[in-house]
Amino acid sequence: MAAIASTEQSGTSVPAPAAGAAARRRSLPVWRWAILLIAAAYFLIPLYAALKFAGFKAFTQVVGYQDFGSAFALSLRLAVIATVLTLVLMVPTTVYVYLRLPRMRRVMEAITILPIVIPPIVLIIGVLKVAPGSLLGTPNLLGLEYVILAMPFAYRSLDAGLRSFDVKTLVEASNSLGAGWPTTLWRVVIPNLRTAMLSATVLTVALVLGEYTMASLDNFQTFPVWIVNFEQNSGPVSVAASLLALFVTWILLMLIVTVGSRSSRRRGFGQVTLFSVGAGGAGHTTVGEPE
Amino acid sequence: MADSSIQAVAPEAAASGATPGPATKIIRGAIRWSGVLPFAVYVALGLALPTIAIAIGAFKTNAGAATLGNIDTAVHGTYLTGLRTSIELSVVTAIVPGIFGLLIAYAIHTAKRGNVLRRVVITASGVFANFGGVPLALLFIATLSTTGVVTGWIKDIFGGFNIWNHGFTLFNAFGVSFAYMYFQIPLMVLVILPALEGLRPAWREAAENMGAGTWQYWRYVAGPVLFPSFLGCLLLLFGSAFSAYATAEALTGGTVALTPIQIGALLNGNVLAGQENLGYALGLIMVVVIAIVMVGYTILQRRAARWLR
Repeated sequence: MAAIASTEQSGTSVPAPAAGAAARRRSLPVWRWAILLIAAAYFLIPLYAALKFAGFKAFTQVVGYQDFGSAFALSLRLAVIATVLTLVLMVPTTVYVYLRLPRMRRVMEAITILPIVIPPIVLIIGVLKVAPGSLLGTPNLLGLEYVILAMPFAYRSLDAGLRSFDVKTLVEASNSLGAGWPTTLWRVVIPNLRTAMLSATVLTVALVLGEYTMASLDNFQTFPVWIVNFEQNSGPVSVAASLLALFVTWILLMLIVTVGSRSSRRRGFGQVTLFSVGAGGAGHTTVGEPE
Repeated sequence: MADSSIQAVAPEAAASGATPGPATKIIRGAIRWSGVLPFAVYVALGLALPTIAIAIGAFKTNAGAATLGNIDTAVHGTYLTGLRTSIELSVVTAIVPGIFGLLIAYAIHTAKRGNVLRRVVITASGVFANFGGVPLALLFIATLSTTGVVTGWIKDIFGGFNIWNHGFTLFNAFGVSFAYMYFQIPLMVLVILPALEGLRPAWREAAENMGAGTWQYWRYVAGPVLFPSFLGCLLLLFGSAFSAYATAEALTGGTVALTPIQIGALLNGNVLAGQENLGYALGLIMVVVIAIVMVGYTILQRRAARWLR
């Protein structure tokens, strides 16, 4: 039903066609490099332009600016709330659905894609309308809604992570040794899901650190809202702040993927998953893994 | 595989008797579904309830009486123009980045497993797909504004040719679409890669052994297999562009007529106080548009599935 975006693949299950595929790879380099060059130009030139605009001095000034500390602290707090809640809610649910209600996976995919297609601006005005007064005055409400926004990424990371190891056998073994469901989840499933949980975490943090729509309509000065408010005072510093946030998340994600694929290769599984989407019944396309 | 796992994880279910009564069946069903209860409650409170509240609010006056006036206003005049521009912008920024993202994903897919380029592109996609709003607007202002870097390059190369004097602007729907692609292309790479991974090398081998060329392989094997996923990804990109608010708002200062911007203006009280219900009506219309697109997608996909058989 769905497949996996992986940086690595266990090459063991498709040994024969590898030589042919390699030959084809060598025969295609021209258009491939052309595409990648265009893409690199489109993505790197604006970064270069922004770096040039900001100048290196602005980077040293970011931290000291007024309200930067409180705005960044608020965003970090929201990121922690959203990440913890996302993991607590989504890990047991995803594992449960995978093991006990496999036919529900289509439904789960449909539900968890909704936050990408339902406009956040619509969602937040609805939330502000129905939220109880005790939540309305606090930024915690934002944290709760970010869990919803993070669902598409979190569910897909975790579901793909579950498919990267033989969870059924492990759970059966654990059960036959007398472990209950909580023990199995905590001591057997979660250690194997560590990489998937890490990438879910980074994607959630990236989302929270960049989310502007909901925060601005809820009137809280999170980091992205601060960048906007601040832009009027000092353009270069807010550009520098944006670039810093971008690079830090990117480096974090690179680290996780690199370390994750190294450790999973050691265990015999080669997949670090970032995102997967239902292929709508296009085919049973689990990568490299016999189902 | 599904049944065996259920039995294995719940051995008591298999052991407790061959013919369970209807009552035990219901209880057992309730217990089985209770595992998704927290998730279901969370989604109901955080996603469904607000959406329903919007739908109800759309049909009320400020005094609370029932009305169709909000919907009527929302589908006429500037709001209709805004909706049309929004849909056009979303279609363009779904199809163009969709095709380009597919090409990038394919270039990455054919690269060697575990090479650095592949890793960089995939992680960058994860980060850039979440990039938007003011940071993105600032990037494009630094690049393509009247004093931007690329504007300067074009001037240098073409002897003082200033694109801004020849109809280009960053601050209308066309300019905004440039910026949208910055998060749409990475999103496409992320969502289409799994489908590409599903193309087995053996299929190409088989096609080539039977004498198929590259074109025939794509027309009769890879194309039909990829097509439903490709459509699904385009739908996702459409939704993502349609609901984007922060980038257009930041880039144009809220001057471009797009439905999310108009909702924001109504809800922030920038236009007139007391027009929240009109904002709800616009929100409801956005949800309806998305729903129509999703139904259309389902029908298309069913057609495609039949054609695939």
